[in-house]
Amino acid sequence: MAGSLTTSSGDGGNRWRDLDRLLTRPGNIVGPTFDPSPELRSELQQYVRVLVVGAGGLGCELLKDLALSGFVNLEVIDMDRIEVSNLNRQFLFRLQDVGKPKAEVAAKRVMERVKGVNIVPHFCRIEDKDLDFYNKFNIIALGLDSVEARSYINAVACTFLEYNSEDKPDEDSMKPMVDGGTEGFKGHARVIMPGVTPCFECTIWLFPPQVKFPLCTLAETPRTAAHCIEYAHLIKWDEVHGGKPFDADDPEHMQWVYSEAAKRAELFGIPGVTYSFTQGVVKNIIPAIASTNAIISAACTLEALKIASGCSKTMTNYLTYNGLEGLHTKVTEFVRDKDCLVCGPGTLLELDPSTTLQKFIELVGDHPKLQLSKASVTHRGKNLYMQAPPVLEEMTRSNLNLPLYELMDKVPKDVVHVAGTVNKDDKKTSALRKLRVVFKGIDGVTDMDTANGA
Amino acid sequence: MIRLFKVKEKQRELAENANGRAPVKKQSAGELRLHKDITELNLPKTTTISFPNGKDDLMNFEVTIRPDEGYYQGGIFVFTFQVSPIYPHEAPKVKCKTKVYHPNIDLEGNVCLNILREDWKPVLNINTIIYGLHHLFTEPNYEDPLNHDAAAVLRDNPKLFESNVRRAMSGGYVGQTFFPRCI
Ligand SMILES: [Zn+2]
Repeated sequence: MAGSLTTSSGDGGNRWRDLDRLLTRPGNIVGPTFDPSPELRSELQQYVRVLVVGAGGLGCELLKDLALSGFVNLEVIDMDRIEVSNLNRQFLFRLQDVGKPKAEVAAKRVMERVKGVNIVPHFCRIEDKDLDFYNKFNIIALGLDSVEARSYINAVACTFLEYNSEDKPDEDSMKPMVDGGTEGFKGHARVIMPGVTPCFECTIWLFPPQVKFPLCTLAETPRTAAHCIEYAHLIKWDEVHGGKPFDADDPEHMQWVYSEAAKRAELFGIPGVTYSFTQGVVKNIIPAIASTNAIISAACTLEALKIASGCSKTMTNYLTYNGLEGLHTKVTEFVRDKDCLVCGPGTLLELDPSTTLQKFIELVGDHPKLQLSKASVTHRGKNLYMQAPPVLEEMTRSNLNLPLYELMDKVPKDVVHVAGTVNKDDKKTSALRKLRVVFKGIDGVTDMDTANGA
Repeated sequence: MIRLFKVKEKQRELAENANGRAPVKKQSAGELRLHKDITELNLPKTTTISFPNGKDDLMNFEVTIRPDEGYYQGGIFVFTFQVSPIYPHEAPKVKCKTKVYHPNIDLEGNVCLNILREDWKPVLNINTIIYGLHHLFTEPNYEDPLNHDAAAVLRDNPKLFESNVRRAMSGGYVGQTFFPRCI
């Protein structure tokens, strides 16, 4: 690994030999649109933009792997600063980098070592960037350790997805993701083609919920080091700091929790409370292993290369790796949740722009595919009408007589979600549905639809 | 696939020139599920819900419980709910805003209710939690103590516990701790 990095700047001629073998020769397992040619590599380098989300253990690997696999337009986003404890595996960082933004240092280091690559760092939260930012990338590579962040990026990537009138996903609107994750000696790599393979939300059950100890156990009968740490974090912090929120990214806060946890552990004669274990428990982090990160990142990068070039079919669609005892690895084909609220097509509804919200709710009730009565309607975070509770019904009632088109800020087409009840086998069940609302006769929309359909 | 990207590049330029409107806020899956939960609420008559940030922020709300039986009859207890974007994968964070003398609620408002932590499952919902909280007032239990002293009094001397609860709810001291009036 180190060898290829150091020699790379010198022998430009040989640099892409292996990549060119993949890109210039036909084969039996290539992607459907693959068109091998000597120009493919430079086209790839010219047109493909990849965003790496996270510049930690996996992110460092991903940036290096992508750069060494021929990608030259890279950007990386991460809100964290480098800590001493990162240095064992986040190999782009040095002791003198401690305290600096991970994204900036990682970008700089890879650019220094791999000639021709351009990496733009973004030292900020993923929520700070708008949709236009995310839309300029062809592929998003995720090197994250939290369910929340994955769920957020997944929702962003799926907002770009459009369906045609036959509920088929529009390929041009697809924003492919490769997602890596590791926990100790275990890891996964997956390909998410929104509209084709399951999105993160379709299979959120794959992530085991975080272990939560009963508060009364923490308060009364601690038995483990983790109990002592959670006591300091969840109970003692509030007791002493009354109202001031705990910030897991503030080292002073973490130090306080650690010292309180240590005191409690001593009181109950419990061993094992250390600063790094405290961080692990509070942030729900399992110690990372450098080799697991390297393997998972390599798998993700290879998939990104396949997506970009078509030089091979992508794996379908979820690889698990376990190096705990011996080595076990397997690819599983998970299936989409066809009713997924995030990546699913939903139901297409064509409406006249004069349709009132009241009329819309009636239409949803009568629609043969939906038959959803007593619908509550929400559009991009705005609750247009709520059937219940009474306090919300009152607040939204005046919208009923307004045209839906106006309530939706006059967008020609967009996604709306409705919750209500459906009759199934004479039993009433509750349901939540996604609708694609298109307003007839609004300029721009008919043109665009024909373009997509062509 | 690369030709596709070229096409895309062109399309995007066109689209950007023609129509610079960025899509507005998108909704998390958690928000949508919560939206459904909220419209389906079937509250006991002793309970009300309010949304301090208005109709478009359902992720932060307050539930007020006025028990009509038991030790806490006549009291008014306000709980704050904070719901995560990955709800129901994760349980809401619930705290009691009203300072209460209760074996399962500490003076900081932490609540010991199994379905809020170790026994949370995505099939549960906001309604289940509200019923669970309601239950804490009709059946306080000394076996899962967060307020150690209150639990010990309930176990050893229910009569004293009853008068302590009354004193706390009327606004007064129990031991060293002052409880503001909540009747
Ligand atoms: Zn999905």
